[in-house]
Amino acid sequence: MPKTLFDKIWESHEVADGLIYIDLHLVHEVTSPQAFEGLRLERRRVRRPEKTIATADHNVPTDGTPAARLIADELSRRQVEVLERNCAEFGIPLYSLGSERQGIVHVIGPELGITQPGMTIVCGDSHTSTHGAFGALAFGIGTSEVEHVLATQCLVQTRPKTMRIDYSGALAPGVSAKDLILATIGRLGVGGMAGHAVEYAGETIASLTMENRMTICNMTIEGGGRAGMVAPDEKTFEWVEGRVGAPDDLDAAVGRWRELPTEPGARFDTEIDVDATTISPMVTWGTTPGMVVEVTDVVPDPAALDSPADRESAERALAYMALEPGLPMQEILLDRVFIGSCTNSRIEDLREAATMVDGRRVAGSVRGMVVPGSAQVKEQAESEGLDEVFRAAGFDWRSAGCSMCLGMNPDILSPGERCASTSNRNFEGRQGKGGRTHLVSPKMAAAAAIEGRFVDIRDWG
Amino acid sequence: MDPIEIIEGDVSVLDRSDVDTDQIIPKQFLKRVERTGFGEFLFYDWFRDGGLELEPNPILVAGRNFGSGSSREHAVWAIQDFGFEAVIAPSFADIFYVNCTKNGMLPVILPAEHCRGVAEAGRARIDLDDQTVDYAGGVVRFDIDEEVRHRLRHGLDDVALTLAEEDAIRSFEQSGAADRGPVTTSL
Repeated sequence: MPKTLFDKIWESHEVADGLIYIDLHLVHEVTSPQAFEGLRLERRRVRRPEKTIATADHNVPTDGTPAARLIADELSRRQVEVLERNCAEFGIPLYSLGSERQGIVHVIGPELGITQPGMTIVCGDSHTSTHGAFGALAFGIGTSEVEHVLATQCLVQTRPKTMRIDYSGALAPGVSAKDLILATIGRLGVGGMAGHAVEYAGETIASLTMENRMTICNMTIEGGGRAGMVAPDEKTFEWVEGRVGAPDDLDAAVGRWRELPTEPGARFDTEIDVDATTISPMVTWGTTPGMVVEVTDVVPDPAALDSPADRESAERALAYMALEPGLPMQEILLDRVFIGSCTNSRIEDLREAATMVDGRRVAGSVRGMVVPGSAQVKEQAESEGLDEVFRAAGFDWRSAGCSMCLGMNPDILSPGERCASTSNRNFEGRQGKGGRTHLVSPKMAAAAAIEGRFVDIRDWG
Repeated sequence: MDPIEIIEGDVSVLDRSDVDTDQIIPKQFLKRVERTGFGEFLFYDWFRDGGLELEPNPILVAGRNFGSGSSREHAVWAIQDFGFEAVIAPSFADIFYVNCTKNGMLPVILPAEHCRGVAEAGRARIDLDDQTVDYAGGVVRFDIDEEVRHRLRHGLDDVALTLAEEDAIRSFEQSGAADRGPVTTSL
């Protein structure tokens, strides 16, 4: 029977019924302390430290603080220092604050070349789905499961269902991978992919860069999906080649990787077709990523929704966001713009944003910040002069970290502030208590910073 | 982990859909390195500014897609530490559901009309052996993976169970099947 990409990876990692082997375990400071403590209490060791790697990202200040012991916030400092101690005690390689390899965990995996096709990859972070862009099975886990993987290198799992979303046609100019995934979540709903490993397929996906594919797989969790995946191809192999973590015998590895893509006729539990040519630049208006409209639309009217639950959610969201139904999205005025996060902080994202701001100035009413996803992205961007482009436009150019995606570090919104953000979640208080988040692509965020409001970048500039 | 057999008592009702784990336990409380004491931070902003009130009853009834978003297990620790032993909802986010089962917290999926019924009844009895929820509106059966049910029923520790599979893990590793991917210690 023809097999899917997911089937092949799953079946080649089954140690026993319901027990799968993990090839790479990514660790960060927030969801690991209790797992290491659990190991200590039971006098257990880390079974395969050489399949484990750690970095500090959620808590780190982005002001260039060079070492954990210099983090001003006491609790953040303690959490990063605890990570450093745990990694030293259990023999796990760590790229902490100050390392030239430090960065957002989902940015540094691909960057180091340790994210490879056919692997199983887990991390105590829901955006682990990002790594599926390489044709890996990658998903987020909780702290108990982190402890389980540390102790056993395996994970107890019920096999998810499979979904394929087939995209046809080319994205219109000005429309990005971020718009594609936001539009998809808007259509399917934030629980629409629940219980599924999702393969993003079709000519549209094949034409996208690895960075674009990572953005799409990253947001799978916002649609409720367990894992997002893209079949590996020449672009995938080229990405891995030459990176520090690439296989010694790359040709042999590529030979195996070519066997991974879904075979013709393979069965999925759910199949969805999307005409990518109809996708427009998207902006969220509410407090879930599924509350999203085209930039040319108006804020929707909850009264027009069919189900009472949807109506009530929409009303609550509009009250929190301080928006009235019928207001054109392009008339929403902004206080802040954030370009960064594991969704959109890679070099290509920064290049795209830079093309929009080059030679322009951020609106006087807006504070804009750009946060590269890793120390290496920062260095690359600076070598290309992107930092100067952003600075000259009035953006704040920061050091690597999760930054204002989740407000666990000093980068937060003040109550009532409204932000155009390239991150992944517009939940209440996500970027700071009382903060109001609108999710957009890097180009849309950059243009919004210049104008002080959302603009349709297809006819702007 | 305490074994679960019967969970019975009054229900608290959170009639909202897509409640994300950022609301259940806001980010500022994720900086703790302990596993206990999260109950006082449950629904921190909604309790303080949002007018939400919940009694720490044994059972919480919630809306669809409960526990969406971040994988933070702190959300389950907070719900449990607050006093809830089971959550009944029309659907749960995948990671949250798994996190519940790793902590001896029972997630029960019931059709929306029965969730409303339990909420209105104000009291219910959940039987994990029979896989039923008994309330004023009747007795309704719920589905749960048999292996997950078995582990919850007996309060079994996943790590200990998997370590007992040492032979299988070792033979998997020795077969060469575990040789995929990089050696992180030599980068």
